[in-house]
Amino acid sequence: MSRLIAFAAIQGGYKVVSQAEGAYKKALATYNADTKVGFPNTGYYLPVIYSLFGIKVETLEDLQEPLDIARGLLPPHIKSKNWLPFLGPLLDAGMAGIISFEVIEALRYLNEPDFYLHAEDPDIENGKLWTGAADDTIFRKRGVEFVDGTAPGFAAIVGSAPDPETAKMIIEDYQQRGLYMFLAANHNGTTLIEQLIEAGVQVGWSTRIACFGPDISSAVFAAGFANRVAMAFGGVQPGDYKKILMYNKERVFAFVNALGDVGTEWGVAAAGCVNWGFPTIADTDITQILPTGICTYEHVVSPVSHDEICAKSVEVRGLKTLVSDVDIACSFGPAYEGERVRGADLHAQCGGGKTQCTELVKMAAIGDIEDGKVILEGPDLDGIKEGGTFPLGIFVQIAGREFQTDFEPIIERQIHHLVNYIQGVMHIGQRDISWVRISKAAIEKGFTLKDIGVVLHAKFHQDFGNIVDKVQITLYTKKADVDKLTATARSNYKTRDARVDNMTDEDVETYYSCTLCQSFAPNHVCSVSPERTGLCGAYNWMDCKASFEINPTGPNQPIEKGECLDTKLGQWKGVNDFIYKASRGAVTHYNFYSMVIDPMTTCGCCECIAAMLPGCNGVMTVGRDYAGETPCGMKFTTLAGVMGGGASSPGFVGHSKFNITQGKFILGDGGLLRMVWMPKQLKEELKDRIVARGEAMGVPGLYDMIADETVGLTEEEIMPFLKEKGHPALDMESLV
Amino acid sequence: MAEEKKKVKAPKLADPVASSIDVASQEMIARSHELGIETIFDRALTMKQCAIGVQGTCCKNCSMGPCRLPLPKAGIEGEDTRKGLCGATANTIAARNFIRMIAGGAAAHSDHGRCVAEIFLSAARKETEAYKIKDFDKLIEVAKYLGVATTVEVDGEELDRDIDEIAVETAEVALGEWGKAEGEVLSVKKAPKARYELWKKMGVIPRNIDREIVEIMHRTHMGVDQDYKNLMKQGTRAALADGWGGSMLATDMQDILFGTPYPLQSEANLGVMKADHVNIVIHGHEPVLSEMIIAVAQSQEMIDYAKKKGAAGIQLSGICCTANEMLQRHGVPLCGTFLQQELAIITGAVDAMVVDIQCIMQNIANVAKCFHTHLITTHPIAKMEQENVIHIEFDEHHAIEDAKRIVKMAIDNFQNRGAEVMIPQHKAPLVAGFGVESTEYHLGGSFRGTYYTLNDNIINGRIRGIAGVVGCNNARTRHNQDHIAICKELIKNDVIVLTTGCTAIACAMEGLLMPEAAATHAGAGLAEVCETVGIPPILHLGSCVDNSRILLAATEVVKAGGLGNDISDLPVAGSAPEWMSEKAISIGHYFVASGVYTIFSNLPTTGAPVFNDYICKEFEELYGGMWGAEQDPIKHAHLMIAHIDKKRKALGIDKARDRVMMDFASRQAL
Repeated sequence: MSRLIAFAAIQGGYKVVSQAEGAYKKALATYNADTKVGFPNTGYYLPVIYSLFGIKVETLEDLQEPLDIARGLLPPHIKSKNWLPFLGPLLDAGMAGIISFEVIEALRYLNEPDFYLHAEDPDIENGKLWTGAADDTIFRKRGVEFVDGTAPGFAAIVGSAPDPETAKMIIEDYQQRGLYMFLAANHNGTTLIEQLIEAGVQVGWSTRIACFGPDISSAVFAAGFANRVAMAFGGVQPGDYKKILMYNKERVFAFVNALGDVGTEWGVAAAGCVNWGFPTIADTDITQILPTGICTYEHVVSPVSHDEICAKSVEVRGLKTLVSDVDIACSFGPAYEGERVRGADLHAQCGGGKTQCTELVKMAAIGDIEDGKVILEGPDLDGIKEGGTFPLGIFVQIAGREFQTDFEPIIERQIHHLVNYIQGVMHIGQRDISWVRISKAAIEKGFTLKDIGVVLHAKFHQDFGNIVDKVQITLYTKKADVDKLTATARSNYKTRDARVDNMTDEDVETYYSCTLCQSFAPNHVCSVSPERTGLCGAYNWMDCKASFEINPTGPNQPIEKGECLDTKLGQWKGVNDFIYKASRGAVTHYNFYSMVIDPMTTCGCCECIAAMLPGCNGVMTVGRDYAGETPCGMKFTTLAGVMGGGASSPGFVGHSKFNITQGKFILGDGGLLRMVWMPKQLKEELKDRIVARGEAMGVPGLYDMIADETVGLTEEEIMPFLKEKGHPALDMESLV
Repeated sequence: MAEEKKKVKAPKLADPVASSIDVASQEMIARSHELGIETIFDRALTMKQCAIGVQGTCCKNCSMGPCRLPLPKAGIEGEDTRKGLCGATANTIAARNFIRMIAGGAAAHSDHGRCVAEIFLSAARKETEAYKIKDFDKLIEVAKYLGVATTVEVDGEELDRDIDEIAVETAEVALGEWGKAEGEVLSVKKAPKARYELWKKMGVIPRNIDREIVEIMHRTHMGVDQDYKNLMKQGTRAALADGWGGSMLATDMQDILFGTPYPLQSEANLGVMKADHVNIVIHGHEPVLSEMIIAVAQSQEMIDYAKKKGAAGIQLSGICCTANEMLQRHGVPLCGTFLQQELAIITGAVDAMVVDIQCIMQNIANVAKCFHTHLITTHPIAKMEQENVIHIEFDEHHAIEDAKRIVKMAIDNFQNRGAEVMIPQHKAPLVAGFGVESTEYHLGGSFRGTYYTLNDNIINGRIRGIAGVVGCNNARTRHNQDHIAICKELIKNDVIVLTTGCTAIACAMEGLLMPEAAATHAGAGLAEVCETVGIPPILHLGSCVDNSRILLAATEVVKAGGLGNDISDLPVAGSAPEWMSEKAISIGHYFVASGVYTIFSNLPTTGAPVFNDYICKEFEELYGGMWGAEQDPIKHAHLMIAHIDKKRKALGIDKARDRVMMDFASRQAL
């Protein structure tokens, strides 16, 4: 009977709310009421409380209001006979539980500042297994994967499996489906994370296994992540709880797996999650709740065996996941992309400065190649001793009636992540600076070099079916062959770069729209031109063109740019007409080359955000990897909060890293010469291109004139530096 | 006792088991025979119904008649030549009689509504101490649909308007709905847009509530409207003035004054009375009276007084819709249905039966005479000729004093009880108090509450459809039998039942309003939904005036999406299996005009086959809803189910829904 679950969960609600209230009282006795509380590096306060109620918890005493809400939500206990309706009360109790969990976790951060490791991955050697709440840097980086589809959703898993092998089996199944796994709580003292470590599974955000915490309260970080997706990418206003929750039901494909006995606290957590539309799939025999409505399909399904739990879970959530059917010995899937092959695990490697490793994709005539053929020219791995090195050349030939040479670099760029998708194999870099590391585990499973060819063949067909008819791969492992391929490749790269680098907005009549992230940011439409790559950094003009060829009704549509309305600021009639329609009248026009006057709209997934610094007569930009303060007075995450959601915000614009050094970057406002501040890391990453661009704009020393956080974090602090270096922005016309 | 029985002249006595399916009632009917007290059950045996009146073709609208136009047993072949003296056809006569019943019913509901509106105005103006506004959220909601400003602009800023000002203006506007000179009844706009537009096209939007009733009386006067279609147009307009006007306003204003109901527990049947308590039974329809009696009877002062007089306490209970009103807001137990009003007194335990308006049988005065029971009438429009009846007029300015007087009178009467107290030990637990607001909450809680949960389970087929089963008792049928048979058949077939009035009480007595009833009586799909939400398979939505709650719930279902654009698209059907009052005809017709297929056990139209076909068949073309009649309860239920299936098919939800597995491309398409 559902009533028994409801009864237990409501009891759990009372317990958890009381725990939170007790912890709060104790904290008040220890700390001043105005003591700061919160999760690290986030602009969303305690994200569940902030998103649902608009309450900004900043100090200890701010916790009183959410606790009052939680207490007020607790319904009467359910009677054993002639009971009153309990679904609504149950969901309210669940919400009271979730609110309390967030308060409990906030107090844990206060009481035990070192309990969680503030990092993407745990530090296993030092026993730091728990990484706690995802900060905004991780959230944005990973959130983008939800937006672009590489991560279809997440499994919030509480408890532990009966043994490490089962734990590994479940997790690897989800990894192959590309899901994120948010792990929390323990079952009789054992956590899934510990089991996975024991089974030799690499855990952490890099392999999509978030190690939230050992207690059920840490499961609230999953809800906080989901609600930030609604706010950051969906543009839903904090406090609009109905919209926040419906956004999650409709767009965030998450669910709960309960591994182990479901007690009252797990019960209240599960009931809370139903508010989000996240169902619970359990491995123990608890009452099923099959009628639909609050969740899209069933609410509670149990008992589900461990070998079926993944397939059942995605089915219950109504989610289609693709398990790549690639016939190789190792597991394969996007979750392995971030997996590393450390020194101790390494069997052999190529590239990385030790040997040459080169990749090249070339178009071939349809009769010249044989589809599916993988040729290995030279010895395979079996002759190589542990720790050994070898050279590698990956030469892919593609034939297709719709294939064009312009698509070669796009396909070639896929090699990096596709090789990385192989469990136990790590790929770094690209082109002639590639680096492949193969682990002992992969060798044990039976990995051979030919598997690289098998993967590329299968995935190119799968992902680019419209333009790819035949794929043939040749793998060279003899130095002479590799050197020869490298020489050919380099001349190809040169021709390609010249073509792309020299392509200007004036060269083309067609730009492309990008609505790839519209499932998450419904109001935002990107326009991509040759000199303004997509602000998420993932799509340039050529990518959009190829994407349109591959899928003519897909997210990238051609925009005839039409009559130029403003050459300096970059505004076209055709683009205006398109965005007016696409935004349903919300946005009438915008400029490609200005951040001051009607700049382009920004979604939550931009790589960088530029902001005006009027005091310096210049601009700054900050990437999402940089968590610190900036001279505009806002961190990246605050900026993104202000900017996201598809609005045009004069004085700010979202853009990709690459765009910074493109010719038209805020050219209407003076271009890159306005740039007075960047985070050090971003600046260094783009060093060569900034130097080159500075020279091209007639300021050869520009790179050294741009301040970073080591110079200062306010306009006042960096101004003397700019003056001393003679930064060109200071002499330009007034920005405002 | 035995001697007394011999004195009774009644040649025929009702067979208790044949008279009612309810054991408590059976015991009391047998008891009435022991005591030699005649009840309606006995009279139903001796007095036959008028065969022509039943057909609806007796005209007594002028003194040239009554003109009686019975339908020949073999029916009519060829031209129907039956005429009254003036030439009125069977169609004209049946239609006139039918819409006069609508007028009677609409007048009863709406005059009740007016009385509430007047008290609401007094409360808003703070002219009464006894009545106060209790539900401010509801006030704001009502203010909005009556076009009363709820905010004011001060220096360009929109601020909340003073709540007292809102209340006074809302009450004034509401009261105006009965007799305003121009415009249309405002609450009609609460219907789904498509329905409102249809009414507009058909010219049946009521102008004001009273006018439509008056116009019926005019049109049905000798020699005025003699076209049954034109007569039904006015009947429709008056019925809408009731369901979407007078009744709806009555419900809303009662909620404002006394609180919007939320689910609560209680029990039902004669067994709720307690031998050692002062038993006060309130019978009638307006909560205006019962609210005050509840307040007084629960006061420590009165409880102490009762104890002083030797009672263990005061037990309130109700009969008819007053019972439902007291139940849904306070959990006061249900004493019984319409047909149990005499039986309650026959327990000998009723120290006072307090009545206001509607459905009060004059014979209770005769029954009360046999006991110590005080029968107290309270309403200036509802008195009785028998000398043992006490009249204490209830007015809002002295409501508390009046209530105190009544309760005190009951307590003082406790000591006058005879030795003949016999309370049947039968009662059933129940859950009641469902309404439009509480249903939304219970379908998803404070954060996700929405009718979509219901729609989703209708679409996926767990719930086949929704039935409104309402209405009276009728001594011509076995008490409660058809209510229960139909409701059980519906829920067995996964149709969730919404109920009001005496049907609701009947279901409660049978234990069908307990959540446990889902597992034992409902089909697997419905049972699963009931178990998930924690509800009974039959939901108690209040009194007969609260049928407007069913209309609004249907409107919410339309709004929640996925089941068409109008009430007539929904897989729903209505029924009043044991109807007897004119109110039932008005209710039935506003459901029909709202697009609902509505079946009664029989209709007073069979003497005019053409007119009967018009309302039972042609009406579907016009309004999407139509009348139907079926005596056999199982066939009756299956006619409703067939209609529900027809609507499911039209919506394309007659087949199992595919599970949509969202891939990235389909998420893009969102």
